[in-house]
Amino acid sequence: MSSPPSPGSVVGSPARKPPPRRRAWTWRNPNLRGWVYQALALLVLAGLIGWLARNTHVNMAARGIQSGWDFLLQTAGFDIGERPISFESVDPYWRAFLVGLLNTLRVAVVGIVLSTLIGIALGVSRFSHNALLRGLSYGYVETFRNVPILVQLLLWYVLLLEGLPEATEPLTLPGGWFLSKAGLAFPWWRNGAEGWQWSLPVPEGFAFEGGLTLSPEYLAVLFGLVFYTAAFIAEVVRGGIAAVPRGQVEAAQSIGLSGAQTTRLVILPQALRVIVPPLTNQYLNLTKNSSLAVAIGYPDVVSIANTTLNQTGRAVECIAIVMAVYLTTSLATSALMNAWNRRVAIKER
Amino acid sequence: MAAVFDPIIAKPAPARRSNAWRWARRHLFGNPASTLTTLALLALAVWLLPQALSWAFTHAVWRADEPACQAARGSGACWGAVTEKHRLIVLGRYPFEAQWRPIAATLLLFALLMVSCVRACWHWWLLPAWIAGLAVFFVLMGGGVFGLARVRTDQWGGLPLTVMLATFSIALAFPISIAVALGRRSRLPAISSLCVIYVELIRGVPLISVLFMASFMFPLLLPPGTSPDVLLRVLVGITLFAAAYMAEIVRAGLQSVPRGQIEAAAAVGLSPWQTQRLVVLPQALAAVVPSLMNNFISIFKDTSLITIVSLYELTGSLGLALNGDPLWRPYKIEGYLFISIIYFGICFAMSRYSLWVEAQLARGNRR
Amino acid sequence: MSTDDSAIRFDKVNKWYGRTFHVLRDIDLAVKRGERIVICGPSGSGKSTLIRCINGLEAYQEGRLTVDGITIGVEGEEDDLAMRRVRHGVGMVFQQFNLFPHLSVLQNLTLAPTHVGREPKRQAEERALAQLERVQIADQAHKYPLQLSGGQQQRVAIARALCLQPKIMLFDEPTSALDPEMIREVLDVMIDLAGQGITMVCVTHEMGFARSVADRVIFMDQGQIVEENTPDAFFNAPKSERTKAFLEKILAH
Repeated sequence: MSSPPSPGSVVGSPARKPPPRRRAWTWRNPNLRGWVYQALALLVLAGLIGWLARNTHVNMAARGIQSGWDFLLQTAGFDIGERPISFESVDPYWRAFLVGLLNTLRVAVVGIVLSTLIGIALGVSRFSHNALLRGLSYGYVETFRNVPILVQLLLWYVLLLEGLPEATEPLTLPGGWFLSKAGLAFPWWRNGAEGWQWSLPVPEGFAFEGGLTLSPEYLAVLFGLVFYTAAFIAEVVRGGIAAVPRGQVEAAQSIGLSGAQTTRLVILPQALRVIVPPLTNQYLNLTKNSSLAVAIGYPDVVSIANTTLNQTGRAVECIAIVMAVYLTTSLATSALMNAWNRRVAIKER
Repeated sequence: MAAVFDPIIAKPAPARRSNAWRWARRHLFGNPASTLTTLALLALAVWLLPQALSWAFTHAVWRADEPACQAARGSGACWGAVTEKHRLIVLGRYPFEAQWRPIAATLLLFALLMVSCVRACWHWWLLPAWIAGLAVFFVLMGGGVFGLARVRTDQWGGLPLTVMLATFSIALAFPISIAVALGRRSRLPAISSLCVIYVELIRGVPLISVLFMASFMFPLLLPPGTSPDVLLRVLVGITLFAAAYMAEIVRAGLQSVPRGQIEAAAAVGLSPWQTQRLVVLPQALAAVVPSLMNNFISIFKDTSLITIVSLYELTGSLGLALNGDPLWRPYKIEGYLFISIIYFGICFAMSRYSLWVEAQLARGNRR
Repeated sequence: MSTDDSAIRFDKVNKWYGRTFHVLRDIDLAVKRGERIVICGPSGSGKSTLIRCINGLEAYQEGRLTVDGITIGVEGEEDDLAMRRVRHGVGMVFQQFNLFPHLSVLQNLTLAPTHVGREPKRQAEERALAQLERVQIADQAHKYPLQLSGGQQQRVAIARALCLQPKIMLFDEPTSALDPEMIREVLDVMIDLAGQGITMVCVTHEMGFARSVADRVIFMDQGQIVEENTPDAFFNAPKSERTKAFLEKILAH
């Protein structure tokens, strides 16, 4: 038995720094085994990559496919129907990809905004006093969630193409808006001979001069994405509101807040914490789903890449560009949403 | 106060008088805003519903009568297109005389899936039953033995292809996702970095690009001379895609298992692998069943994308059926509604099942 | 090696969390076979860390720790086969019970014997039922942990540890997470166990238990052993001022 420290003594052993770490190199040491396994795994992976690279090299040589990024400077040789910036068929491929990227962003950003608005309205409706509203919201969510997005996009496209009136007899909406098979034309700024001007659309044959025209392809992709994603956002919002503990509502009621005040001041701020991460996910999904525009003929970046791939045969490079574009947009969106998440997070100790 | 406690016998509660009128008063006209909403929605319904019903049912043409359809264009749906083409839509380009085979094969898969869903059937014989069932499935679909005519994989299509791809990719992706999730939580930096890179790379890009990769790049990656089946390439692509998403879900489940469980397992002497296998994974997977089911439904819907790489599952075979026939080509809306109903039916059933499983698990956790 | 017959021996053991928190300072402790030790002290004193070192759930950086004749290596020099041998001989009961919720009570007990000890299932089940009898809970064998009360769960946890037929039993605040009316049933089981000659090291606040069962009571504060003595001497004539202060706080109510 060891002798206890002297009575009344406060200090037996003062705190000091730990000794340097030691390592034993026997097989029974799990650390050593870990390093060996990792080395083996990396070796196997390197071998696999080497084998794949060699196959690729041989196959590409056999098929006469060249590799390299120089094709981006070559003339594209095709036209792009919708272009936010100017593009002629003599422009190089990289400009085509830029147009594709801008088209993707055009539909993604507007889609995110619209689907969030509709999704929040639907999500909050699930808690409404009105049974009809609750039922409609539930019905909407179930209907739009259980049909694949591609089918919805194709359906919207067919509906728009068949349902919209001919461009020669457009549906005239107040404010100078025209809806027809040529798309949705409305007043917008245009960079003309005298710089940026507010111009109005004027019917001219099968299209409209002036203003901005959103093609039926764009509208189909937009509507398809918005109504599909709104259903998922509605579920996210509903989950967030449901996650706020009942005790919070009870506390709010006990200090005399009305229903609307409780929702605005107590429930929604707390629900936001739960909503932001899955909401980010839905935004990323919407951006990625915009790639399906290739099935409708809307010239987003995947569609352009597909055309380029078929023309030049540079499969690896084109697919790499597409993946890089989406990875970058995903990272950027995640970063933005994470910053907002930190702001709405509840401060803890 | 009485010294003796006189217990009061429990009585049933007084009857509540409620009827439809009271319910409507409360739920439809509870406050002014609610009343306004109800009236607005009813007005909308009165305006839209008769038109929709008239188009879909009353004035619709059900027989495969093209002139009648043409005449009813705009005012009535042409379900005749569906009547005429439904076999092509649902079964793809499979040879007409042998179409009992994909039907039987799909029913077999459905039966296997439904049996696996019922808890009472979770016995040892489920695995051999699956292996036998899958063998029978391929024999029926592919043929070549037992006197059945050989049918190439690029002729497989429609709903059987959808169900097959979804089932196989989920089944194959599941073990991969568990391995990746465990790898991501490993202490070994090389292994966890590899898993992180894989998951983040795949989750950051759309499925369509993975399918393009599978379609265009896999032939380049494999040794010259080998030419893998298109179906196989697409299956690999979807499996890798699904595994990345499932790995994240499984990882969330692993994180939810309290640290004390691992300590208790270590304290009774289980090795790390045994701990994961016997203690951590069962709890982790049980915790994320709802998310996993959601993911399965997504994968099922995502199979529609293989249309874009020219494989004719349900969505693609619809395009094939209607585009190829100038007579019925104008009736695309009816065609899309038809496959929408099929997709909806299956996905809705899956989501109901998922809710049921959640309820079952919740019951097991309560005293 | 040495003719030391102690079940557990700490030799100048030091442990740090990170580079700055010195949680165990020069621990010297020898526990004889069959001895019953109770460790008490304020929270953060390192008592849980101490007993978790005994079965390797925590690693130490300096000194020497020998359990049942097997030396447990310093951090970085672990030998996991030796570690598993140690754990077969040492049973542990946790504050949060840590029963496996997805297995029945019986399966909780037979998991280790069948998978580690490679016992045939029938035999393992018989022994498991015998242990459940010992803690008086055999009728709940086929229930699931979450269907039992806290006291019942902790008794199952004790039975699970006993299934390995350990020579040493460690208890890490076994009654701290229980409702007051259930503490008695668990303490009764532990007192029963103490009477059967098993080596016990127990971290607890239950001073009544310490008084009736312990051979030695150890007081720890700020990572050191401040005082150790027989229960009578400890409670009636504490030597250190800090021990006195602690006992005042804990025995006041």
